[in-house]
Amino acid sequence: MENNNEWILSVLTFAPLVGALIIMAIPKGDEVFHKGFALLVSGALLIFGGGFLLTEFDFDRADEMQFTYDTSWISVINSRYIVGIDGMALPLILLTLLVVPLCVIYSWDHFPEPHNPKAFLALILILETGMIGTFVAEDLILFFVFFEVVLLPMFFMIAVWGGEDRRYASLKFFLYTLFGSALMILAFLSLFFLAEDTAGNALRTFDIQALTEWRGANLSRSAGLLIFGGMFMGFGIKVPMFPFHTWLPDAHTQAPTVGSVILAAVLLKLGTYGFIRIAIPILPEAAVEWAPWIGLLAVIGIIYGALGCLAQTDMKRLIAFSSVSHMGFVMLGIATLTTFGINAAVFGMVAHGLITGILFFVAGSIKERYHTLEIKRLGGLLLQAPRMGWILGFATMASLGLPGLAGFWGEFPAILAAYQPANGLSEAVFRTYMVVAAVGTVLAAGYLLWLLQRTAFGEPSEEFAKDPNIHDATKFEYVAWAPMLVLIVVLGVLPNLLFKTSDPAVEKSLHPCLIAEEADLAALDCPAVFGVEVAGG
Amino acid sequence: MLLNQFLLLAGALFCIGVYGVIVRRNGVMVLMSIEMILNAVNINLVAFGAFNGTPIGSVFALFVIAVAAAEVGIGLAIVLLIYRNKKSIDFSEVDTLKG
Amino acid sequence: MSLSSLLLFAAETGPALPGYTFGGPWILRNAWLLPFIPAMSFLVILFFGKRLPYKGAEIGIASVAAVLALAIISNFAWFDHRDHYEAAEAEDAIGALLNEAESGAALQVLVVDGTAEEIRLATEEPAAGELFAAAEGGDDGHSSEIHPSTAVRAEATWFQSGGKEFKVGTLIDGQAVMMLFVVSFISLLVHVYSTDYVAGDRRYTHYYAFLSLFTASMLLLVISASTIQFITAWELVGVCSFALIGHWWEEKPNSDAALKAFLTNRVGDIGLLVGMIILFFAAGQTFDIVKINTMALNGEIGHNTLLVASLCLMGAVMSKSGQFVLHTWLPDAMAGPTPVSALIHAATMVVAGVYMIARLYGVFYEGLSIKDSSVNPLALVGMITLVFAGLLAFVQDDIKKVLAYSTVSQLGYMVMALGVGAWTAALFHLFTHAFFKAGLFLGAGSVAHSVHSFDMKKDMGGMRKFMPTTYKTFVICTLALVGIFPFAGFWSKDEILVGTGGWGLFGGTGGNGSYTLMLIGGILGASLTGAYMTRVIYLTFFGEFRHVAHDDHGAHDSHDAHDHLPHESGPRITIPLILLSGFALLAGLVNLPPGFITGNLESWQERFLHFYEPVSAAYFPSVAHGTPSYSLAVFSSAIGIAGVAMAYFYYFVLVDRKAKQLGESLTELPNGPTTKVGFLRAGHTLLVEKYYLDHLYTDFIAAGTKGPIARAVYWVNQNVLDATIDAVGRTSVKTGTAVYTHFDQKVVDGAVNVTGLVSSETGGELRKLQTGKIQQYAAYLFAGATVLAGVLIFVI
Repeated sequence: MENNNEWILSVLTFAPLVGALIIMAIPKGDEVFHKGFALLVSGALLIFGGGFLLTEFDFDRADEMQFTYDTSWISVINSRYIVGIDGMALPLILLTLLVVPLCVIYSWDHFPEPHNPKAFLALILILETGMIGTFVAEDLILFFVFFEVVLLPMFFMIAVWGGEDRRYASLKFFLYTLFGSALMILAFLSLFFLAEDTAGNALRTFDIQALTEWRGANLSRSAGLLIFGGMFMGFGIKVPMFPFHTWLPDAHTQAPTVGSVILAAVLLKLGTYGFIRIAIPILPEAAVEWAPWIGLLAVIGIIYGALGCLAQTDMKRLIAFSSVSHMGFVMLGIATLTTFGINAAVFGMVAHGLITGILFFVAGSIKERYHTLEIKRLGGLLLQAPRMGWILGFATMASLGLPGLAGFWGEFPAILAAYQPANGLSEAVFRTYMVVAAVGTVLAAGYLLWLLQRTAFGEPSEEFAKDPNIHDATKFEYVAWAPMLVLIVVLGVLPNLLFKTSDPAVEKSLHPCLIAEEADLAALDCPAVFGVEVAGG
Repeated sequence: MLLNQFLLLAGALFCIGVYGVIVRRNGVMVLMSIEMILNAVNINLVAFGAFNGTPIGSVFALFVIAVAAAEVGIGLAIVLLIYRNKKSIDFSEVDTLKG
Repeated sequence: MSLSSLLLFAAETGPALPGYTFGGPWILRNAWLLPFIPAMSFLVILFFGKRLPYKGAEIGIASVAAVLALAIISNFAWFDHRDHYEAAEAEDAIGALLNEAESGAALQVLVVDGTAEEIRLATEEPAAGELFAAAEGGDDGHSSEIHPSTAVRAEATWFQSGGKEFKVGTLIDGQAVMMLFVVSFISLLVHVYSTDYVAGDRRYTHYYAFLSLFTASMLLLVISASTIQFITAWELVGVCSFALIGHWWEEKPNSDAALKAFLTNRVGDIGLLVGMIILFFAAGQTFDIVKINTMALNGEIGHNTLLVASLCLMGAVMSKSGQFVLHTWLPDAMAGPTPVSALIHAATMVVAGVYMIARLYGVFYEGLSIKDSSVNPLALVGMITLVFAGLLAFVQDDIKKVLAYSTVSQLGYMVMALGVGAWTAALFHLFTHAFFKAGLFLGAGSVAHSVHSFDMKKDMGGMRKFMPTTYKTFVICTLALVGIFPFAGFWSKDEILVGTGGWGLFGGTGGNGSYTLMLIGGILGASLTGAYMTRVIYLTFFGEFRHVAHDDHGAHDSHDAHDHLPHESGPRITIPLILLSGFALLAGLVNLPPGFITGNLESWQERFLHFYEPVSAAYFPSVAHGTPSYSLAVFSSAIGIAGVAMAYFYYFVLVDRKAKQLGESLTELPNGPTTKVGFLRAGHTLLVEKYYLDHLYTDFIAAGTKGPIARAVYWVNQNVLDATIDAVGRTSVKTGTAVYTHFDQKVVDGAVNVTGLVSSETGGELRKLQTGKIQQYAAYLFAGATVLAGVLIFVI
């Protein structure tokens, strides 16, 4: 504790913002300089910041908040500037740090129209600030602020650099998530005013750790349910959960490639992260009552997203719908409220970020070459751009949850956890979910292989057969994709890299009554909602 | 000594001057009317000075006469310029002061 | 048996369970090397293969040869270990482990808790031994020298969750080393064969890369010590199969077949995932295969749980091992290159399901009550498969498809054998089948390589004149498949039939129960096999050569279309054929039944059983073994030969005579019974349509999901959910507009406007005062002064 390195998280959070300001200050004409500077900032953050976190993070104490910094911020409502990370946040921060420079590299010669690298790169860096900030924030208001900071750059990215229908998509994205945020901040404020300890003293705090220790004690059941509901809307829309997902396909389809990648890789995780960092640890009792419904929406999302994919004619839209399905697995893992399930969710978040990121990258590159993503016009990618075709094949295999690649570790443990959910949850209900989710894996294989067959296999269609525009991956694409591909394999073969990091933190975040063995339950003096009465007699 | 007659004279002169300033259209006549107002004031000053036995009233009157001379000079110059521009010294036609 | 109980307690503390050790020969402890070598070879071929002189093939062959060498060494190491591993060593090892662990109190508690187990185990173990001895018939002396089989394990942590660590590791016992040999041997032959067969292919390097990856995955599956590792390898072999079936993906039927294979397997994988998950929780949150089996056998897992789990796992077996009704992908998978069919879809991958049942035999044995029932799902599915697939083989014109259905049928035998409790017979059949079926596939490939087609009726006939070596090896393998004495298939098939128990008619075969139905099915299947294989032999190798020089559509394997008459293939193709036919001839001798050769040839009797069955291991049920019977062997052979004879009569006599009359090469009688008799014609149509299963799957389920259901869901998405959101948005806009026009503009803004208007009007009036006329100003001035004067005077 003597050497806390309390500065590092703030530096990681705000350095991209400073970078963005500096890019704004550089005159417009000097394009290479803009790109170089953005790459320098994000790359340095990855190498030095990420490296620093990896070397200094104490993996033996992964359940504790590390690199914490706590200072007063808005004293009038006792909102403090608290940052810190544990084993649950670290993987997501590293994912963010990785994805951003890769996006900068990828966009090096892929800037979408209207070509304006200065603004584009500045937006990416502002996004990075928002994303990292959300993952490190340990105060509800601070969390909320960063959560919202992310919205604007993404809005502009879609609205300015997007496809034909960009105005509609960007506005929908913005308003929908903002609507959720409104309910979320209401929930936060209610917590602030309603939280009181068992002695009846008001807590009056937004400190997530303090609230986690409080765990909703003395809060009336209905208040707990409502507050959880507010958070559920805020986070659930962001995830996005069925039936709040409709902004996602539009946003993804219209967003520029890099926007899609960031959206899929990191932004969606803000929602799930909110669940496992805030909603479930702070209000475990409400979580137990909500979990069957969350699980239900999750498995509906799995099947529904997969069926939606099968109906798509546009490759990018298909990948977007597959996100609904995959995030369904993550949410199913979360809904079980077990260490297994939430570890799977953390793994699933990282894996989905990498895999869907790659899929969007490849889709973007296909669009650039073929000027269309309509599946029935594509075909024979393996003949025209063999390496890209193989990367697409690899990514689809990873996406359908092939063991040995990262996707499996988000999917299988989530299904497994549903067999035996946390105390207080109905086994019958969750076992039904388990079977439905397992059926979802078949559909996932179906739509992904179908996509692969129609785009990569076969002969190229006549209109593109002689197109000189169509070439294999460029060196920028290789550099941007290689780290993700390598990580997909490495995490798939050595899953403990991630499980070992997240496991202690996940275990600590859950109410002991949720995960205790049946024999130990009686000693814990648990509230009735955890089902001790059933266990006791 | 009686002050009343002087004051009445001065009041009559002042009223005639005011009437002339407001009603007459001829610029020169307006200037002359202003002179009459000034002289009404002079009479008052001298009269009150004499009444109180001090020379201050007369001194002020002398100042007023000097200033009035200057004022008439400038005023006539303005009238002359108005005449040059408008070929008329009818003040009712001059409304350029309106913003 | 005090040792056993000690071992059991040791298991409770974690370090070891009875039936395995962490010691043992070095090669068995380091079995991870076997999959590791081809995995590395995969990476090398993938990244550098194209730059190498032989395009990566040399790396693949070298790595698989190395693996084969290691596999053979492993087998001999295992033989030694099996016979000479002393329990004393185990005792020492466990003792040391226990001392290391917190001995004292923890052990004490366990002893108290585990008393019941101790007693039961102590009584059960000798019972198993006695049963075994009884099954041996007591007439041979070697049963006394058998001591428990002790598997060799090694493990490392793979991942953790909830503070628990989950292991990845190797579990080497007889079953594993046997498969290691089979996989690496067939794989090596296929590698060599392919250098000729796919020479010049545009994706030659890629082909070898995937062969390596497949070999690695299959070996990983074989040595898996945990179920999750098993699932991993299971899926990986599926992907390799996908990639290799779709090797020529330029043509849609091939990629369709690849997709069908993968998706059908995925359907079965639902069962795999669910079944393994059930076992995971039932065995107290562990993936450990040994522990799951042990607990299942000790009755620590409820019967119903085991039943559900084994039914789920059967789903996976049905898809992976091509059991009826999920077998339809396997014949389609013949779209892949022929060597791949030999390796993956005949000898190794498709037996993964059989291997899994054998691996988790404790679960199936208890869950399906194999010991006590006379019919159970496993045996039934196997029997149905072997008969129905055998029937389908009759109507195929494509030689590879006949072999594919034959494979399905033989897999049915294996599954049935496991279903009736004849574990060793199943594995033995797996062993012999791998050789002769690979031989048949490679032989078919050799023919097709030469005539550029797989169609027996159109493009083959009379091949024995052109390809004598292929012909001879093909016939040997056929005889083995049909089960003619003394070829390999005879011994393994006979052992399965013995294992069914069946009638007491054939000399009291014993076994685990009386699976009469299975015996009938098995014998029937034998005659079907004989008949359809005779048909293949006639159509391919006899009659006149029917191939006319035409374009080579459908024959992807062929690259030299310049010569017209077929000729014998080169040595890289024929040498593997000769080797395989050698095994087809001799492999049966490794498990001669004890009653067969009287005299002192004990070293040849039941060696397979002796070395490969985990006898008396705690993770393996004490299965009884049937006593072989001459009468059964003679009877079943007679039925099989009767099948051959009928087909021989039809083709070699009737068709041949007719062909000579007509002076042309015939493939069937012009007015055969299927064209004349109504119900036969209906049956023929049913077979040609493959029981309409493909229609059901492709046109109904797949097309239904992909078409109407998916579209309906998407319609709901766009027109209900999204429309709701849009409607909310639009309503908001409308409400906003209404508020804007009616309230904001009229009321709020109205008030503002009125204020402005008033000021403006006032100003407008006031401005009239400002005329610019100096005299008016003067008038105001004086008026003002007057007013002020008035104020001064009157007010103040």
